[in-house]
Amino acid sequence: MYEIVKKELLADKIFEMVVKAPRVAGSCLPGQFVIVRTDEESERIPLTICDYDRNEGTITIVVQMIGASTEKMEELNEGDSFHDFVGPLGNPSDLCVEENLEETKKKKIVFIAGGLGTAPVYCQVKWLHEHDVPVTVIMGSRTKDLLFYVDKMNAVSDNHVTTDDGTYGFHGMGTDCLKSLVNEGREFDHCVAIGPMIMMKFVCLLTKELGIHTVVSMNPVMVDGTGMCGACRLIVDGKVKFACVDGPEFDGHLVDFDLAMKRMKQYKTEEGRKKLEFEEGETHHGGCGLCGGDK
Amino acid sequence: MAADVLKRVPVSEQDPKVRAKNFDEVCLGYTEDEAVEEASRCLNCKNPRCVGGCPVSINIPAFIQEVKNRNFEKAYEIISESSSLPAVCGRVCPQETQCEGQCIRGIKGEPVAIGKLERFTADWAREHNIRPSSNKEKNGHKVAVIGAGPSGLTCAGDLAKDGYDVTIFEALHEAGGVLVYGIPEFRLPKEKVVKKEVENVENLGVKIEKNVVIGKTLTIDDLFEKEGFEAVFIGSGAGLPRFMGIPGEQANGVFSANEYLTRNNLMKAFKDEDTPIQRGKKVVVVGGGNVAMDAARTALRLGAEVHIVYRRSMEELPARKEEVHHAEEEGVIFNLLENPVEILTDENDWVTGIRLINMELGEPDQSGRRRPVEIKGSEHDIECDTVIMALGTSPNPLISSTTKGLDVNKKGCIIAEEDTGATSRPGVYAGGDAVTGAATVILAMGAGKEAAKGIEEYFAKKYGK
Repeated sequence: MYEIVKKELLADKIFEMVVKAPRVAGSCLPGQFVIVRTDEESERIPLTICDYDRNEGTITIVVQMIGASTEKMEELNEGDSFHDFVGPLGNPSDLCVEENLEETKKKKIVFIAGGLGTAPVYCQVKWLHEHDVPVTVIMGSRTKDLLFYVDKMNAVSDNHVTTDDGTYGFHGMGTDCLKSLVNEGREFDHCVAIGPMIMMKFVCLLTKELGIHTVVSMNPVMVDGTGMCGACRLIVDGKVKFACVDGPEFDGHLVDFDLAMKRMKQYKTEEGRKKLEFEEGETHHGGCGLCGGDK
Repeated sequence: MAADVLKRVPVSEQDPKVRAKNFDEVCLGYTEDEAVEEASRCLNCKNPRCVGGCPVSINIPAFIQEVKNRNFEKAYEIISESSSLPAVCGRVCPQETQCEGQCIRGIKGEPVAIGKLERFTADWAREHNIRPSSNKEKNGHKVAVIGAGPSGLTCAGDLAKDGYDVTIFEALHEAGGVLVYGIPEFRLPKEKVVKKEVENVENLGVKIEKNVVIGKTLTIDDLFEKEGFEAVFIGSGAGLPRFMGIPGEQANGVFSANEYLTRNNLMKAFKDEDTPIQRGKKVVVVGGGNVAMDAARTALRLGAEVHIVYRRSMEELPARKEEVHHAEEEGVIFNLLENPVEILTDENDWVTGIRLINMELGEPDQSGRRRPVEIKGSEHDIECDTVIMALGTSPNPLISSTTKGLDVNKKGCIIAEEDTGATSRPGVYAGGDAVTGAATVILAMGAGKEAAKGIEEYFAKKYGK
């Protein structure tokens, strides 16, 4: 069992949890992910590592409560435990590996974080800050109430906050902000984009135009996460790749985003059904159009 | 009852029409009297060929004689000397090509039902709470086993019986490997059989640490340097699923058999636990091995009409005969000598059908099987909403890519000596699918057994015993 030592509400429906998992904390690096299960009937949910403390033996995850499985997670409080917590899975970010540090220091790096992607971006930026690599960050959300980690990010980077509706910071999307920075004469040769697939797709379209090499962190549907089931397959540069063992980070200009987004829909209706069942509990007798309870 | 000695005692099974709609076990096993009667067919050969056909060399005539004499506990002890997982093997081994394939009785009539007798003995022991035990004193040497599947459990069990301090590291949240994620409930009950056999291995003193991915959470170097292990056995199993590379294969509704079976078996989607599974109306499974049969019969039980598409003929189907027979009885439709050329999709990229081409068998290829050749112009479509690819796997890179000095072959499988399991790295042994590529439970167990012996020899040499 993996104890939750701290739980904090960061924004609307977005929680930060610090979880005791000494073995994972001992070996993880920024860019990697974990798989958690709330109880013995739960799904295996992949979550990118948002921070870690090797001395305390803890891993920080940030979760948005959007489906039955994550809502079940929300019910856990400090002192409660996850049934399973496995990792670190996937490969570390190429930037956050000691051996690459000389190369990394030569790069002019910009991170673009969208929504929940802010948390895993923070993990990388913090590591780079600790290794004396200055970076620019553009962190965006739909609106002010969904922003989190602003102060933390300010402390470790040249941070630019954007909101789609202009309620905080730069008015517009992350891509608009990048354009304006480039127009101001700022130069970048390496971009890391983490966030919803649609956002990563549009960042890649822009950076391709601007000639900035771009890395994205893919978060497709996964089951085992260890290279066994093949659910997380993507097409990258025309070849089948598995996010769990080949990724999760890929060259964004080679990823087939349209296909990846279509594949994300595969279990949408099922998830919707689960959500309805979860919300209505014993009172669910159909209406979801799937269970046949109303026929 | 004047039984025909040439025929085996029939075993009762759930009615095909009933079982096609549930996940309960198909085969119900022998009663005591049936087992005794079947055991009496054994000729107790002086030179028992069946033992040579068994990858873990169970003393088959000896245990069968004990069954015949109703000494079921003694029969179990004999099996346990050679096998840590008899209730599993009695259910999933391809006996027709192993022990039973060698049986003298099989020349004129039906071979002795060795598998069913093994299953009976193991089930009897479990129902009577009889467990294997080890009286050997602990020798204090720590061995790490990677993977709690058939090869790992066997290797760990054998070493523990001889006094080693064994820890198994399992990547998933459940021990059993393919026994829990791959083979379905109706062929191998999880709570009743797998869990109990895993407990038996733990009872020998083996520790199992779940949720530890070797190559990620810890490396093999960590096991030696930080965790104090003196030897390591790698039984990490098969790897990533293969696909055909045909158009439409990335569409929604196309799954690997590994994904489909893992969702259903490990994550218990059939019991409506949290993990979803696509319950197709018409499902096409591509492939002819045991995994294809398991996927097809699972889809059937989830309510679909199911077709198996295989490019050779019935004769070449690599699956166990019993599985093919059961699949046919339950209503799985076999499209033989046909091969997919394209998966058809709608405008939203959901599967709507599959385009097949007819095949004919040409000259034998390297494997000795006649090579299937396409018949030009014979393309035809069948409608379906789900396609499951059961085409085997390629090796998992997690361990080989993080372990220096561990040699792999061209395919990426770990290279290990067949009779000791020794790899290119001293103190590191390997066996099972990680070495051979996808094979059977019993072959993996055989490899685990050889490696346990290899590891003991390694210690003997190291300490000059």
